[in-house]
Amino acid sequence: MTSPADAHKEAQRRRDLVLLRQVRDRMDREYAQPLDVEALARGVHMSAGHLSRQFKAAYGESPYSYLMTRRIERAMALLRRGDLSVTDVCFEVGCQSLGTFSTRFTELVGMSPSSYREAAREMQGVPTCVVKVVSRPVRNQEAPATDPHLP
Amino acid sequence: MNLTIHTTVLPHEDPDASVAFYRDALGFEVRTDVGSGTMRWITVGPVGQPGVQILLGPAAVDPGITDVERRMIADMMAKGTYGWILLASDDLDATFDTVQATGAEVVQEPIDQPYGLRDCAFRDPAGNMVRIRAVA
Repeated sequence: MTSPADAHKEAQRRRDLVLLRQVRDRMDREYAQPLDVEALARGVHMSAGHLSRQFKAAYGESPYSYLMTRRIERAMALLRRGDLSVTDVCFEVGCQSLGTFSTRFTELVGMSPSSYREAAREMQGVPTCVVKVVSRPVRNQEAPATDPHLP
Repeated sequence: MNLTIHTTVLPHEDPDASVAFYRDALGFEVRTDVGSGTMRWITVGPVGQPGVQILLGPAAVDPGITDVERRMIADMMAKGTYGWILLASDDLDATFDTVQATGAEVVQEPIDQPYGLRDCAFRDPAGNMVRIRAVA
């Protein structure tokens, strides 16, 4: 049997999960805003450290990593379009620093944003379903930064 | 054979809140409503399409589901990683505005996805993702 104290803890834990979901949805919705973990934590009345730990326990990656993956994913789409510069794309997806953006992009995608933009130009005419598969960011697993060509 | 897709199921947690979302935010009609308390099974569907509906029901009530599994399902619903559905609209942006104006929880504003479709997303009160794509 579950004691009232256990039931209370369980309900609290589930309410925390709902808050984490709200944080994650907010990143999906507002990734292009200059969000940071402090602002996200304030939104649900948690400390930044507590949010980061809880979020990672629930979703397997930190909120910062999730947010940056969202941004890089969107950046990939914008770079493939080809009408924006790397700097424009960086700010367009909510990154404040071109250095951080390029580093994280290279870690996730395996090539720099400018190489990617160039490679995407070469891929024009390839069916979008193929592009989608080969150009998906690699979550939680850094791609090797070697050959600046799409696989 | 002449099979149609008739009913798809999404879990609710608070039946009244879920009915309010599907009826008032999405504009669906409520067709049947049986049971009481949290043990309610409610069908909702788009006006003018009587052959297709969503059944909103309590999650994990199959007696074959263990306590551990039940707890995991409740956690996944709270986290927003359990149920989801894909709807379609021939005027996505107007639909988005209408749904958003009801105060529904927005997950994604309409964007052109790189794989060639335009979509948006909302969260229902039970944590299900309701994605809406544009169709011509």
